[in-house]
Amino acid sequence: MSAFGGAFTFIGRDGQVPGAPPLPSLVHLTLGTLEVSAIGIAIAGALAIPLGVWLGHIHRGSFIAINIGNLWRALPSLAVIAIAIAFLGIGLANVELALVVLAVPPIVTNAYVAIDRVERELVDAARGMGMSEWQIVRRVEIPLAVPLIFAGLRTAAVLVVATTTISALTGYSGTLGDIINNETSYHLSGVLGAAICVAGLALAVEAALAGAQRVLTPRAMRLR
Amino acid sequence: MILATGKAVVIPNFGGSAYSCERHNPLFCVDWVSRNWDTVLWPALRQHIVLTVIAVAIGFAISTALALAAYRVGWVERPVVVVTLVLYTIPSIALFELLVGIPWLGLSTATAEVALVSYTLLILFRNILTGLREVPEEVRDAARGMGMSARQMLWRVELPLALPAIIAGLRIATVTVISLATIAPLISVESLGTPIFAAISNNLFKTELIAAGGMAVLLAVAADGAFVLVQRRLAPWARVRVR
Repeated sequence: MSAFGGAFTFIGRDGQVPGAPPLPSLVHLTLGTLEVSAIGIAIAGALAIPLGVWLGHIHRGSFIAINIGNLWRALPSLAVIAIAIAFLGIGLANVELALVVLAVPPIVTNAYVAIDRVERELVDAARGMGMSEWQIVRRVEIPLAVPLIFAGLRTAAVLVVATTTISALTGYSGTLGDIINNETSYHLSGVLGAAICVAGLALAVEAALAGAQRVLTPRAMRLR
Repeated sequence: MILATGKAVVIPNFGGSAYSCERHNPLFCVDWVSRNWDTVLWPALRQHIVLTVIAVAIGFAISTALALAAYRVGWVERPVVVVTLVLYTIPSIALFELLVGIPWLGLSTATAEVALVSYTLLILFRNILTGLREVPEEVRDAARGMGMSARQMLWRVELPLALPAIIAGLRIATVTVISLATIAPLISVESLGTPIFAAISNNLFKTELIAAGGMAVLLAVAADGAFVLVQRRLAPWARVRVR
């Protein structure tokens, strides 16, 4: 249990190990993890939300949205990174690729289900009022689907933050994975300290998205 | 130069084609795969499957026991969810290293299994319990009315009806374990991650990266597909459901 005390001491020392040469600051690595995660989530969201919303709007492609999503989720991240290294080499690009692959399925599935399940009467009423298809999507379906779309984003975000640590295994440095994957230099207390930071970061990202969801929902509802 | 097999090899014969793949490192050479299938790839795949099957089997046994307990005794659910949720959120690499610190585990297959099992518990427990709870009350009443005992009801009514949810849980748990088992080499346990890490430290040897990575992906997809087939066979009345 002393390792847990050591983990908090390690965090308090900003990631330095006594008697060792200066190491990258813990704050710096945490921000690096946040940056890598944010890029991954942003790309995945930009690809997956429009796809899910479109499929949901036309009420087609449940097979793609659900089954391909399942299959896609089955891909082991390390294997995806390994294959990507062969094509892209070591670097941010293939880490992001693996994170995007991981994050897309839950976002697509949730966005699809969210839009698909908007009550048909509401959509028909909007169409009857003369709204264009784009207006229906933008002003009726998306506002009503915000909670579920965000549920997908939040699931994906937690997965992505936790998985950034794997990037260190492949030689990409600058994330908390550098500490977790280097027990020799950081000892168990450092590894635990970094794991606590990863968990904290995941919770913080989740909370930030929950906040964004709260801000977006009422305003969007007013548009209706 | 250390090759993926772990043996130190001197490469003298520049005219020979045997090692041209390693020297030129093209995207993929079939030749290397066929030469190293028996010594590198197949043992890694076999070990990966063994790790996965053991972890899912143990995880399933524990989760079933816990879910049945929670189904009968309401207050069991909360503590189980809290503990398994905490286990589930520990980053995998950190969990492996944390477990190595436990004296009676160390760098062993047992350590890897403990880590892998701990990631299956939340998924399996939740799905089994939800499956049992979703059995309609009318069906249960009918079974009781037919004079079934609690045990008969469990085996002949509740578990069969919960099957789609249980298999959905097994699908996710298995795929998760296959994915996590790739990092088992961190604690010196062999899996498909072994050739991947060997290739990374061997100047990013592409053929091995693609072959081993591809095998891990195919294994995950095959396992997922196998469960879909099992479900169609055992519970043909239920469409595949997504959680």
